[in-house]
Amino acid sequence: MTDTFDEMNGPGGVRPAYAGIAAWLAANGLDALGKKRTEAEALFRRVGITFAVYGEGGDPERLIPFVPIPRILARSEWDRLARGLTQRVRALNAFMADVYGAGEILRAGCVPRALVMENEAYRPEMAGFVPPAGVYSHISGIDLVRTGADEFYVLEDNCRTPSGVSYMLENREAMLRLFPGLCSDHRLMPVAHYPEELLTTLKEAAPPNCAGPPRVAILTPGHFNSAYYEHCFLADEMGVEVVEGHDLTVEDDVVYMRTTAGPRRVDVIYRRVDDEYLDPRVFKPDSMLGIPGVFAAYRAGNVTLANAPGAGIADDKAVYPYVPEMVRFYLGEEPILQNVPTYLCEREDERAYVLAHLHELVVKLARGSGGYGMLVGPHSTAAQREEFAARIAARPGDYIAQPTLALSTVPTLAGEAVAPRHVDLRPYVLMGKDVRIVPGGLTRVALREGSLVVNSSQGGGTKDTWVV
Amino acid sequence: MMLSRTADSLYWMGRYTERAGNLARGMQVALRMAGLAGSLGGGQEEWRRLLVAAGAEHGFRATGREATAGTVIAWLALDAENPSSIANCIEAARRNGRAVRTALTVDMWEALNDTWRELRAHAPGATAEDRLPGFLDWVRARTLLFNGAAADTMLRDDRWLFVHLGVMLERADNTARLLDAKHRALSGPEADSAIAYAEWQALLRSVSALRAYQWVYHERLEARLVADLLIFRPELPRSLLACHSRVARALEEVAARSDGRRGEPQRMSLEIHEGLRNGSIEAVMTAGLHDWLTGQIDRNLELGNAIQGLYLNG
Repeated sequence: MTDTFDEMNGPGGVRPAYAGIAAWLAANGLDALGKKRTEAEALFRRVGITFAVYGEGGDPERLIPFVPIPRILARSEWDRLARGLTQRVRALNAFMADVYGAGEILRAGCVPRALVMENEAYRPEMAGFVPPAGVYSHISGIDLVRTGADEFYVLEDNCRTPSGVSYMLENREAMLRLFPGLCSDHRLMPVAHYPEELLTTLKEAAPPNCAGPPRVAILTPGHFNSAYYEHCFLADEMGVEVVEGHDLTVEDDVVYMRTTAGPRRVDVIYRRVDDEYLDPRVFKPDSMLGIPGVFAAYRAGNVTLANAPGAGIADDKAVYPYVPEMVRFYLGEEPILQNVPTYLCEREDERAYVLAHLHELVVKLARGSGGYGMLVGPHSTAAQREEFAARIAARPGDYIAQPTLALSTVPTLAGEAVAPRHVDLRPYVLMGKDVRIVPGGLTRVALREGSLVVNSSQGGGTKDTWVV
Repeated sequence: MMLSRTADSLYWMGRYTERAGNLARGMQVALRMAGLAGSLGGGQEEWRRLLVAAGAEHGFRATGREATAGTVIAWLALDAENPSSIANCIEAARRNGRAVRTALTVDMWEALNDTWRELRAHAPGATAEDRLPGFLDWVRARTLLFNGAAADTMLRDDRWLFVHLGVMLERADNTARLLDAKHRALSGPEADSAIAYAEWQALLRSVSALRAYQWVYHERLEARLVADLLIFRPELPRSLLACHSRVARALEEVAARSDGRRGEPQRMSLEIHEGLRNGSIEAVMTAGLHDWLTGQIDRNLELGNAIQGLYLNG
């Protein structure tokens, strides 16, 4: 962890992309920055962009801390990332089409059959069905970390219901308002067209039996969901309805929403509800969030579900080590974006290595999310390491481990000072008939000194991401 | 029936309040465009267009200043020399309201008077870069409050009709001018560029209609549809058609309440309204958006003069 790469202050002084920011900080100082942060927080409260955290006491509607110093990527850096992201998402979608279809990659022995077929995220109900436009993951959030000037790694793929894009958009609005001159001088690549790109993507995935212009709706679990604001925000920006399960009915394999003008056919459902809760007739029988019969309507070609049920097979942490192989197998290309080396605890030799090196590895649940159930070796106590060793021994298949990367840092307003803090980057990759990416993404930042955990549920904050 | 002088004050109180709010909207959008301008190559052009849209270019040019962000913002927001600066609009609205104090409800008067009092507290540093966005938000909110107070508390008699007439005619004029300021991005050779796209977004934002666009059309932004929404859609409260249908209705009611006395205002208003109801965006684009809008702006002016002549000058 000695040679952490700071994206602003390089060994030879301030890196060029950050010159304007460094000048602003030098000229205006901490007080001005603190005031900007207060203003931004007032703005976010007013708009209502809050994140719900339950079961921890305190304010249930929290603001994700916003850091008014942007994270900047040069255009050339971004262009390379965008090519890599496009390649990766194409490969992930090809993988899903394959494992729910012919299974060639399994037959070729590139990915172990059992890893896929016995995986909880694999939905046998999807076997033999080709979704509209052949797309499974219409919206993918690919989490990237950086360790050097030209070193980016994919930390994980999110192909189920990746969230956070509303922060990407609102952070930009806040920066445009707080720093109009600075934004103008930097010639930022815009992001505000994301909702339009999303709507175009969803329409391109319209089902075969959709006659007129496709009607799109966002399916939300409801206002208790932590991302409810985002569901409403995206619906409003796209001009589509945000619906809950009981707003929809299925008759003769066609999905309708209940409206004051009677039932209205729905063609594309951007669902922000997990697979298990989608349809009580197929998945969890006691789900109150889902729509009985929606899966049959999907298979009958009358409605599109985005992302497709079973898309989780592509972002499973135990499948992740094979993604570079997928790129080679399906596209015949070398991967542009690298994976973090990953040890699978279910393999005996790799497990032995992990247990012997717990103090320097990050151990994760193969199917966890949100930074829960994670051991960060270098920051752990002996007791925590013992606990994890026991857990790994009991259920090795549930755990993977990765070396602790020296994540890059970006200057951050932390308390009363500007100090380097670790960041990651989640670009949102849209795939319909084409792949679309708005430049940048959501930068998440660990606010505690030395911390590598950027998740908002674990006290992380966000920054605007500039591509200049 | 009411005094012409009272009607005059109510009408101009409505117009000036609406104008202040519209100026704030226009400036917010120009600020946002300026923030994007670096990447889009717009530069100072945005500020000159705002002057044109605000009908303030002539007066500004007479000052001999160069149109930059700083000079245009100062001129439009607070300059005492500019009769249509936000500060002067607020001043004029209150002066008119005060002249007919008893014709207003308590809620309206308080909205008007507090705005004027708070302006004096705001004014000195309101255009500093870090305070301007908050100031413009405040102006918008005060206009919304005044309009809400009028709509919710006024007796629906002649007084209401003249306030309403002033607000609606001003709003129609504002929408036409905003569109005209962006006509190059909506028609002609620039209409396909990246900057044009940002201009449409900005235009829609200025009339709180960016999301409305998506709800009405469910399509990607298109120049033709943006213009259609702002001119011809009856459900958009700031479209030309919506404003002129309310102007026409208000003028009919005024006539009905004054023993059927009618004249040029009704004739002209009906003509404008009919033209909008039967018009189509295709025809407008064929005729040329800029020429068509210039015609609309001229007719708004003539209609205002006719109302002034028949009712307000007495």
